[in-house]
Amino acid sequence: MRPLTLKRLLWTCGGLALLLLASVVLALKLGAVPISVTDLILDLGRIAIGRANELPTEYRMIVFDLRLPRILLGILVGAALSVSGASFQALLRNPLADPYVLGVSSGAALGSILALIIAPEFALITPLGAFLGAILTITGVYFLGRREGQLDSTTLLLGGIISASFFSAIIIFLMTTLAGRDLRGMVFWLMGDLSTPVSPAMQWIFTVGLLAGIGAIYSTSADLNLLLTGEREAAHLGVEVTRVKLVVYVSASLLTALAVSASGAIGYVGLLVPHIVRLIFGSDYRLLIPASALCGAITIVLADMLARTVVAPTELPVGAMTALAGAPVFIYLLRRGLP
Amino acid sequence: MSLPDTFAQTMSGRAERPNREKVVRLNVEQASYAYSSGAQSAPTFTLSATSFQAHEREIVAILGPNASGKSTLLQLITGTIAPLSGRVELDGEETSRLDVRTRAQRIAVVHQESPAVYPALAGDFVLQGRYPYGRALRFANREDIEIARNALAQVGGEHLSKRTIGELSGGEKQRVILARALAQQPRLMLLDEPTLHLDIGAQVELLERLRQLSQENRYTVVVVTHELGLAAEFADQVVLLRHGRCLRVGSPAAVYQKELLEQVFDAPLDVELGPAGRPRVNLRARRGDEIT
Repeated sequence: MRPLTLKRLLWTCGGLALLLLASVVLALKLGAVPISVTDLILDLGRIAIGRANELPTEYRMIVFDLRLPRILLGILVGAALSVSGASFQALLRNPLADPYVLGVSSGAALGSILALIIAPEFALITPLGAFLGAILTITGVYFLGRREGQLDSTTLLLGGIISASFFSAIIIFLMTTLAGRDLRGMVFWLMGDLSTPVSPAMQWIFTVGLLAGIGAIYSTSADLNLLLTGEREAAHLGVEVTRVKLVVYVSASLLTALAVSASGAIGYVGLLVPHIVRLIFGSDYRLLIPASALCGAITIVLADMLARTVVAPTELPVGAMTALAGAPVFIYLLRRGLP
Repeated sequence: MSLPDTFAQTMSGRAERPNREKVVRLNVEQASYAYSSGAQSAPTFTLSATSFQAHEREIVAILGPNASGKSTLLQLITGTIAPLSGRVELDGEETSRLDVRTRAQRIAVVHQESPAVYPALAGDFVLQGRYPYGRALRFANREDIEIARNALAQVGGEHLSKRTIGELSGGEKQRVILARALAQQPRLMLLDEPTLHLDIGAQVELLERLRQLSQENRYTVVVVTHELGLAAEFADQVVLLRHGRCLRVGSPAAVYQKELLEQVFDAPLDVELGPAGRPRVNLRARRGDEIT
């Protein structure tokens, strides 16, 4: 028996945090304007000792005003999507569940667009609209996926995929007919993109919401382990099933909503990342949740770095990169058989 | 006689004393239940008032054909549903009023095997039985690991701990699930059709193990089953159900009467008394040729 210990948890997360730091440095370095790692580290050192104004302005602007905020946003989005994917997988007992596949991301995108149309003067209303869209979608898809009182894996996924394409169609319709309104591009909402900067107020909302959401889910991680063996069994082992499900559904929808209102509907991260983490570190949710958050952050930072550099100076949407990697994994899992 | 003396005597006398002096552990008293599709509509299934008592170290079989109310009675005992009338008490406390955690420390339920979504190691699976005792994140301490290891040893499954649940055979899986229930250190162990997916050798092995465990750990064991033969061989008490009615409660010898069983199970049977005073049931094909 090799049960999870606090020590192993901390070592793993520490190691992943270092990897995240390394990918941040790499992402700061690479781009249309290349910068050497030594310079970058020296400059970071200069900033740390309060001599930032010695740096050339143009250079400081590229690295710290353009690249760094985008990387930080990528970290938030990657962590949010991965943790919500891992949570949906446990609640729905389905390894293919993911906010994008379940249509929750598209629902959140539609929610934000509607919120923008109804009250364009409140910028802060987008996350709220996204949250309502996310929670309504997951509720709807959950009931679509039930057959004779049982949750059916295939029906659930079909329900999610169909909802996603339905919401996408509405988004395209709205974006086309309401062109001229101040709405961000169609690609942003349908595919996901990190190039749109976020206001400082929103950055605070994202950070606080992300920490609250992940914290709430993490507090139930031991319960999620048992829920995976079935709700009835979990109840007999002392899990308050209804409370746990409610907390996790709401938090996972919140995380998806935050990610979508910041970066649009980036696909497959919530599917890909928890799955890889599970292969490497096992399926204990007490480790899976923080490890997924960190690996999700790493994934988005690297994917966005590729999106910025492969066809530089033109940029690809980051969602295209994640879909390229995610779709084959989805098919592999599907072929291997649903539980 | 001073109090410690009485206590010591009760403790030492427990093994030798006859049944009637044992502590009543599970008390089901006139418990009934009804299912209906809506609040206003007529019930679709009712379990009428059922009573029996079980002591520690006793094995009770709840016996009956499909749709006789066995699962409903099981749920009443676990406390997941509260009886409409009457009461179900474990050591004097109503099971439906216990909070989930306390309930899980006292009652272990073994269902038919459930598919695992992600492969878990058998050892980690057994450790789940310690969940109702843990704090927030339930990191296992040395004691938990020891208890889980012993539980696995008690079912003869030490060698299974490093294997994933998916690789195990039906009998091995059943043993691991049983070990998880043992790790809960319950007072009452409930098993729902535990022999359903097992071949005959594994069935006998499981029930012999249950008998031995209930003696060693002073559990009360309640088994829901439709296997007449196994119940006759292993149960101390049989609760016979049909169409939501409790027809008989008593020792296998008292409950196993040819006409009664034929009527309940709707099949021609022969009942004879075996060497240890336990009845034997033989199925008879309707033409008269015997099949066992």
